[in-house]
Amino acid sequence: MVHLTGVYDMKAEKIEEVLELAQSYCIINNNEQQLPLNVLRGKMVGLLFFEPSTRTKASFYRAAKNLGADVIDLQAGFSSVVKGESVLDTALNLQAMGLNALVVRHSAAGIPDLLAQNTGISLINAGDGAHEHPTQALLDLLTIKQEFGRFAGLNVLIMGDMLHSRVARSNIFAMNALGANVSVGGPATLVPQALSSLGVNIVHDIDDALAAADIVYMLRIQKERQQGGLLPSFSEYAALFGVNERRVALLQKHAIIMHPGPVNLGVELTASACFSSHSRIIKQVNNGVAVRMAVLHLLLNK
Amino acid sequence: MEILIQGGTLVDPSQDVYEQQDILIRDGFIVQIAQSIDSAGKTVIDAAGKLVIPGLIDLHTHLREPGGEHKETVLTGCRAAAAGGYTSITALPNTNPVMDDWRTVNYVNMLADRAGLVRVWPVGAVSKNSAGKEMAEIGTMVKAGVKAVTDDGRGVADARLLKNALLYCKQFGIPLFEHCEEESLAGDGQLHEGVVAVKLGLPGISSSSETVMLARDLLLAEESGAHLHIMHVSTAKAVEMIRQAKASGLNVTAEVTPHHLLLTEEAADGYNSMAKMKPPLRTDADVKALRLALADGTIDAVATDHAPHTEAEKTGDFQSAPFGIVGLETAFPLLYTHLVKPGLLTLDQLIDRMSCRPAAILGVPHGSLKPGFAADLAVIDVSNEQVIDRHSFLSKGKNTPFDGWPVYGVPAITMVAGRVIMKDGIILDA
Repeated sequence: MVHLTGVYDMKAEKIEEVLELAQSYCIINNNEQQLPLNVLRGKMVGLLFFEPSTRTKASFYRAAKNLGADVIDLQAGFSSVVKGESVLDTALNLQAMGLNALVVRHSAAGIPDLLAQNTGISLINAGDGAHEHPTQALLDLLTIKQEFGRFAGLNVLIMGDMLHSRVARSNIFAMNALGANVSVGGPATLVPQALSSLGVNIVHDIDDALAAADIVYMLRIQKERQQGGLLPSFSEYAALFGVNERRVALLQKHAIIMHPGPVNLGVELTASACFSSHSRIIKQVNNGVAVRMAVLHLLLNK
Repeated sequence: MEILIQGGTLVDPSQDVYEQQDILIRDGFIVQIAQSIDSAGKTVIDAAGKLVIPGLIDLHTHLREPGGEHKETVLTGCRAAAAGGYTSITALPNTNPVMDDWRTVNYVNMLADRAGLVRVWPVGAVSKNSAGKEMAEIGTMVKAGVKAVTDDGRGVADARLLKNALLYCKQFGIPLFEHCEEESLAGDGQLHEGVVAVKLGLPGISSSSETVMLARDLLLAEESGAHLHIMHVSTAKAVEMIRQAKASGLNVTAEVTPHHLLLTEEAADGYNSMAKMKPPLRTDADVKALRLALADGTIDAVATDHAPHTEAEKTGDFQSAPFGIVGLETAFPLLYTHLVKPGLLTLDQLIDRMSCRPAAILGVPHGSLKPGFAADLAVIDVSNEQVIDRHSFLSKGKNTPFDGWPVYGVPAITMVAGRVIMKDGIILDA
C-alpha cells in the first residue's frame, strides 16, 4: 500500500490485514502500554484539512503521535474553496520539505487521487467531497468485527443522505467486498436509484428493514439539505426516517446502532437511541485511533 | 490559374458521387469534374488512393477571441480547423466582450480575414451580454454577417425572450442555436446523473435538464415558425422528441458532437476532467440512439463544440475544471474510424452530416463540389493509421479524452477557394 485514497480498489485481504493490525493497536492503546511506540520514529505526517473536523483530525494526530511520528498541522483555511492546482502545489512543496505522509480532507471529490497521482508523498484521504472517507469505513469495520467476528451474511442497513455521504460510499464499497448484505434507505431525494449499481438494495419500508438488520448505520443529515429543497423539514425527517424509542424496540436483540458523528440528536437519532445499549458510537471513535495507526504503519513503515 | 486534383475518389453527397474523378479548379472555383482531365498546363495535385470531399463545416466552434486569447485565438482556431479538414467554422459569441453587436462581429471578421485560412462564420448572441434579459441587436448583426444567434454556454431561460428572439430570427432568415439546459435541474452538476456520478460522489446532471428545456423550445418553434437548431443533443429522449417535431413539420434541425457519439459517462471515471463537458457524456443507450439518429437524419449535423481550455484549468481537480474539450483536429478521423469503418454510418452520410447539411443550416453556398461552387475541399488519407497526439495539436487547447487513439482518415490537404492551406499537417499561411 502506497496511498489510501479510497476503499473502492482495496481487496478483502488487504482490508482484513488493516483490521488485524488495528485490533492489536486497539489492545495496546486501551491497555495504556507505554506510548509512543517507535514504529514511525523520524517520519513526518502532515494534516491538511480544508474542511472542519474534530474527531478525524484529532484521531489522526493521536495515531501518528502514538507511533512516534512528528506531526505538522498545516492549518489550511477552510473558509474558501481552494482549487486543485494550488493544493497540488502545496503538496509538492511539502514533499520538498521531506514530508512522508499527507492526510487530506477537502470539499472537492477526487483531490486525494489528484495528489496521489502527481506527488511522491503517501496520501491518506480523510474525506473528499461526497466521494470516500476510507479510514471511517475501516474503523466501522473494526467495530463490526469486534461485535460479530465476521462480515459475510451480515445485514447492514445504512440510512439517510446517501447522495452526499462519503461515509456511505466507503462503507458500501468495503462491506460489499467483505460479503455483507447492504441495504440503504431514506428519502428518495437523497437516495438516488443509481445507487443500486453499487450493489446495494434500496429499501422502502424502514420498519421492516430495521427489524431485519444486524447493523443500523445512521448518517448525519446536514442543514443545507433543507435549504436545497431536498427535505421539507428536520422534524418530518425525524418522524419518517429517524430512529427513536419505538424503532429501537423493533431491533433484534444483538443489533447495533452506528453513526460517524457528530450526531444531530433529535433528527436521525433520538438521545435515547443514541445512548441505548445497541449504540456503538463511542466505540467507533475509540477504534478510530487504532485504525489510523494501522494505516499509517502499513503506509510508512517499510 | 488552373489546378487539377487528379486520381482521387470524389465523395460528394450533394451530387451523389462516389467514384474516381478528376477535379478542375479555376480562379478558386470548381469548373469541371470528369473521369480524366488533361493535366497539360495545370498545377497538379495528386490525390491517388485518397478521398476528395467537400471541406468540413463546423457549426459549433469556440474561438475564445476576444478576451480568452490564453485559450485560443481566431488564428490558432483557424489553424486547428485547417489541420482537421475544415474549410468553414463558426465563431461562437461567448467571448469577452460577448459578441452581441455589429462592432464585435466586425472585429472577429477582421481577425478571420487577417488569419486568411478557413472561412469563419460569426454567430451572434441572442441576448445582450448573453445575460438572458434583453434581446441583442440581431438584425444589425445579420447585416454584419452573423449566420445564426445563440446564448450557448447557457440556454435562453426566459420563455418570452426566446419567443421574441425566434420571431426576430425568422424575420432575418437565420436559425437560433439553442443550448438546452434547464439550470434549476442541472444545478452544480458535474457529469451525467448516473452510475459514475454515484460512484465518484459528484453531483449529477440529469437527462431531464436537457429535455425539459427542449420541450418548451419545440413548442415555441412551432408557434413562431422560426428555424430552431438544437445544439449538442445528448440524450435518447431528446432524439425522440426531435424526431416527432420533424415529423409534424417543425423547422427544427439538430447537431451532435463526436464525443457524444463515441463516449459514455464511464470516460469520466477516475475523475478524468478531459471527459468533463456540457452536456455531459451519457449512457450506452444514449450513444446508440444518437448514432441511429445521425444515420437516419433526425440529427442533421456533426458539430465539434470545440472548446479549448488551458492545461492548468483542465488538469486541476475535477470539480474546478471547466466544461468542454477541443474537437476540430480529431472529429473526422474519429468518426471515420469508429462509425464509417465498422459500417454504422456510410461515408456519404458522414460527409453529408459534416459538410452539406451544416452548410444548409448556416445558409452558406458551400458543402458541395459541383461546378460553380468555391473549391473548398479536403483530401483524406484513409489508408494509413495515425495516433492522436494531443500535444501536437495546432489548437492552443490540448484538452481531449481521445489522446492516444489510433485513427484512419486524417486529412492530407485542406483547400479553401482553390488555395492549399494545409498539406500533411503543415499550415501554409497566406
